[in-house]
Amino acid sequence: MKILACVKQVPGTSRVEIDPVTGVLKRDGVSSKLNPYDLYSLETGFQLAEKYGGEVYTLTMGPGQAKTAVRETLAMGASGGTVISDRRFAGADVLATSYTLAQGVRSAGEFDLILCGKQTTDGDTAQVGPELAEHLGIPHVTNVLEVRLAGEEGAGGNRSRLWVRALRDGLIVEQLVAMPCLLCMEDGVNTPRLPSFRRQKMITEDQIGVMTLDDMEDRDERSYGLSGSPTQVVRMFPPQKRDGKEVWDGPEEESAERIFDLLRERKMI
Amino acid sequence: MYHNIEEKDIRALRGIAPGRVLAGEEIGEDYGHDELGGISRMPDVLVKVLTTEEVSAVMAYAYAHDIPVTVRGAGTGLVGGCIAVEGGILLETTAMNKILELDEDNLTLTVQPGVLLMDLAAYVEERDYFYPPDPGEKTATIGGNISTNAGGMRAVKYGVTRDYVRGLTVVLPDGEIVKLGGKVVKNSSGYALKDLMIGSEGTLGVITEAILKLLPLPALSVSLLAPFETMEKAIEAVPAIIRSRAVPTAIEYLSRETILYAEEYLGKQFPDKSSDAYLLLTVDGGSLAAVDGETESLAELCLSLGAKDVYIVDTEERRSSVWTARGAFLEAIKASTTEMDECDVVVPRSHVAEFIRYTKQVAAEVGLRLPGFGHAGDGNLHIYLCRDELDREEFEARLARAFDLLYGRAAELGGQVSGEHGIGWAKKGYLARQNGGRLIGLMSGIKAVFDPKGLLNPGKVCR
Repeated sequence: MKILACVKQVPGTSRVEIDPVTGVLKRDGVSSKLNPYDLYSLETGFQLAEKYGGEVYTLTMGPGQAKTAVRETLAMGASGGTVISDRRFAGADVLATSYTLAQGVRSAGEFDLILCGKQTTDGDTAQVGPELAEHLGIPHVTNVLEVRLAGEEGAGGNRSRLWVRALRDGLIVEQLVAMPCLLCMEDGVNTPRLPSFRRQKMITEDQIGVMTLDDMEDRDERSYGLSGSPTQVVRMFPPQKRDGKEVWDGPEEESAERIFDLLRERKMI
Repeated sequence: MYHNIEEKDIRALRGIAPGRVLAGEEIGEDYGHDELGGISRMPDVLVKVLTTEEVSAVMAYAYAHDIPVTVRGAGTGLVGGCIAVEGGILLETTAMNKILELDEDNLTLTVQPGVLLMDLAAYVEERDYFYPPDPGEKTATIGGNISTNAGGMRAVKYGVTRDYVRGLTVVLPDGEIVKLGGKVVKNSSGYALKDLMIGSEGTLGVITEAILKLLPLPALSVSLLAPFETMEKAIEAVPAIIRSRAVPTAIEYLSRETILYAEEYLGKQFPDKSSDAYLLLTVDGGSLAAVDGETESLAELCLSLGAKDVYIVDTEERRSSVWTARGAFLEAIKASTTEMDECDVVVPRSHVAEFIRYTKQVAAEVGLRLPGFGHAGDGNLHIYLCRDELDREEFEARLARAFDLLYGRAAELGGQVSGEHGIGWAKKGYLARQNGGRLIGLMSGIKAVFDPKGLLNPGKVCR
């Protein structure tokens, strides 16, 4: 099984600052790490490759330093990885990002399965995965809890399909999906393996590819970056903290009654 | 002897701490035991104190009426230190849980004794400061940590609780309030009473305020998880790591057996369990370059010492997947058996491997399961003696034999009875045996000077 896992480099801490003038995340001097949600999809990929044979490749889009993210996936077990990096891709919204990734996937080769995290910790839209599948014209399933080859449990025994268990609107859905397909893994579905120092030492530069606009099928600059993005961010700001605290010191029954009324009033119950 | 609590005493105490005095049946049964100590006894009265003055008034009353007083924090101890073995008053400090002052000019934090370790750590780290002592039990109170001189998982580089206490406010058994030490960095003024109070397990005075020393928060910390074929190989790597002059904050050893208990207990998978034994090392520092350099040379060193690989634990998520398991070991082992006792022995670091080998020998010889884990880097081991299916009498016989052998061997190697949990009630006999009449005599003498009537935490440590 040839698996591609899409990953993203995100700020290393949750204490990030936003430039008050431009409204852009200040990334300078902030340590970065792999998007924690991507670790679950990577681990899913490694486990599938170990079980059915095959390899996991990784793909990321970002500035040059995003190479570090790919190196990390190699240290975890990926066979190779690609960084899509070009100034002309900068400022992309989710649509332009997923389009760029789709172009990258087409140039990178054929895959049976594409894995994405549920969302990223910096963008939090959870849209790029499904949009990528749409651009590629392949089926996708989100909030996936478990994956295996369909032939295994004897039902619908076609080994070109995956059996997938996923969360959907409070229900658990089990379904068969034809490959190639894209799955967005739910978080917490496994314990991601740790990067290995031994593997890290063996990484060679030729395991990491770099793609620019010139490597894409669609070389029209207007499809990418800011000009390919219909979304315009008007303003970005940290949510206002509400420090107001109210203490009720009455008898238990009275307080319970008040909590109940308040929850009902706010339509929380 | 001690005066038995009567109705008038309860009334008097209610006058001192109105609404916060419970007596007899009103006291929850948890107040009769700690988390392991092997002893239970309910106090006659429970007083939940709020201020130094209240503590002073309670102590003065108890002193005047010969009532024994035992101080209790969160009750997470393991040697029965907070059990009112003679009944009387149990003084609970958990409501004294205020952080009083962060002094950024002196780099100190002044706290009440009932502040929980986890709240203290979160408070200082939010402000980019660091309180290094890091015992596994995060729901313990700082007062309890000071009373046992708790160590924890950063002792290799940073030392133990005693190294981070600058000053204490203490209520003496007769109710007098004294201040020991202070915000001063140096202090050569007479006997080190503050240091004597630390680790005295509530037998000399009641700590009602502490001034703690803080450090700037290291910008980064990275852990390395190194799998080894056998426990032997893992432990034997430790002296070489120490000799290499690397200064990790921690060198912990983990066995697959313990990891599996933790997985079962937490319902969470550990990131790797392909090996029988692991060393877990942590490096911290002020810059990415410094930490990277040190982790790399440590990782190389581990490989050269026979590690199968070295896994890098460098993000919050990875840290939590590894350290959550490490933090749950005690509870996990407890859940794996019907009943257990523990041996918190400490030996010189050069003898850790030898002592762990000996533990295996004792397990076979005595016929007890002895899972363990511990701070390989500082020589402090936690060995658990599990009852499993043994009947009580047989368990106790084997327990006594195993303790004799383990403490005996530790003494031969230049070790001590307790590395960080204290003596309390449970390990008194072993302390007395190892320290002989003279040292116990000195300790008893000190106790008599502070507490001539023997009212404070009676039956503990040396009495």
